[in-house]
Amino acid sequence: MHELSVTENIIDICLRHARNHGARRIVRINLVLGELTGIVDQCITFYWDMLAKDTIAAQAELVFRKVPVVARCRECGEEYRPENLELRCPRCGGEQAELVSGREFRVESIEVD
Amino acid sequence: MEIEVLEGVFDANEEIARKNRERFLEAGVFVMNLMASPGAGKTSLVMRTVEGLRDRLSIGVIEGDIASRVDAEKLKAAGVPVVQINTGGACHLDANMVSMALPHLDLSRLDLLIIENVGNLVCPAEFQLGEDLKVMMLSVAEGDDKPLKYPLMFSQAHVLVINKTDLLGMGDFDPQVVRKTVTGMNPDIVIFELSCRTGDGLEAWTSYLHDRVRCR
Ligand SMILES: Nc1nc2c(ncn2[C@@H]2O[C@H](COP(=O)(O)OP(=O)(O)OP(=O)(O)O)[C@@H](O)[C@H]2O)c(=O)[nH]1
Ligand SMILES: [Mg+2]
Ligand SMILES: [Zn+2]
Repeated sequence: MHELSVTENIIDICLRHARNHGARRIVRINLVLGELTGIVDQCITFYWDMLAKDTIAAQAELVFRKVPVVARCRECGEEYRPENLELRCPRCGGEQAELVSGREFRVESIEVD
Repeated sequence: MEIEVLEGVFDANEEIARKNRERFLEAGVFVMNLMASPGAGKTSLVMRTVEGLRDRLSIGVIEGDIASRVDAEKLKAAGVPVVQINTGGACHLDANMVSMALPHLDLSRLDLLIIENVGNLVCPAEFQLGEDLKVMMLSVAEGDDKPLKYPLMFSQAHVLVINKTDLLGMGDFDPQVVRKTVTGMNPDIVIFELSCRTGDGLEAWTSYLHDRVRCR
């Protein structure tokens, strides 16, 4: 729902790095997006056309690598995808699990000319 | 040419949140971020909390709303130091908006600062403000399936307040279902059931909060 401000952030990050490298054009942006963030990638692509149009990132292709939610049991070390975010360990029943992925949202790299 | 970036999309916000946090620590004020859907009862809980604790704690409030000053006026009328932030359309408060509001409060005189976030069950969860305690509310009127539909906030909150318990029995909301789903996602969460209307259950909440503020 806040994809608009998120898109602005991504543009800022990409333009800053492109500028630092003297790039003329950003061709591709590689993003990592955890499934727990609730961010809808189509919305970002939609806002991109609107917000980046007068920048060197206007034509950039946005590539999202989706990362599933994964938990790890602190008792037995089992790693699993918790259904409905129910963290209880399916192997030993342990209640102390931690999320190892699913929350990330970052710009991994940009490809420039 | 490929340029490695490795920068989080929320990093800029988190950096400002860290600065807010330093200011809070320096001033010795405990900060609570209150999040929930529109109409869940956030302002009602703020009013009740102030009522219950104002003899023991000095409390200030930041009111986040998309537009309007309605909630802030209510608090002002009750004599509470309050700053209104209108987000101008944004569905959440971010650390920068909070930092802009801080000069309007005398932090060093406060024990507790309550930030009422914009009514929204999704977006506020992604934006750190520099707070000590994330409190979220779910009202009986909203249904007991919300934690499954909007897991992020439930999985991050330190406290869940189930509000409007006076309405239990009028629909099919089952607090046990909520407790089971939410503790499954977030084993350390502390859950209160209360009614801001009748005052039922409020004492447990205010005394918990009082202890948290005093023991920081
Ligand atoms: N029945 C019942 N109604 C309540 C309770 N708490 C709040 N309400 C009512 O719910 C409505 C919304 O309450 P608010 O406190 O304004 O809710 P809010 O979350 O601050 O709303 P926004 O700031 O607009 O998102 C009001 O009409 C309140 O009187 C409660 O415990 N029981
Ligand atoms: Mg309100
Ligand atoms: Zn296990």
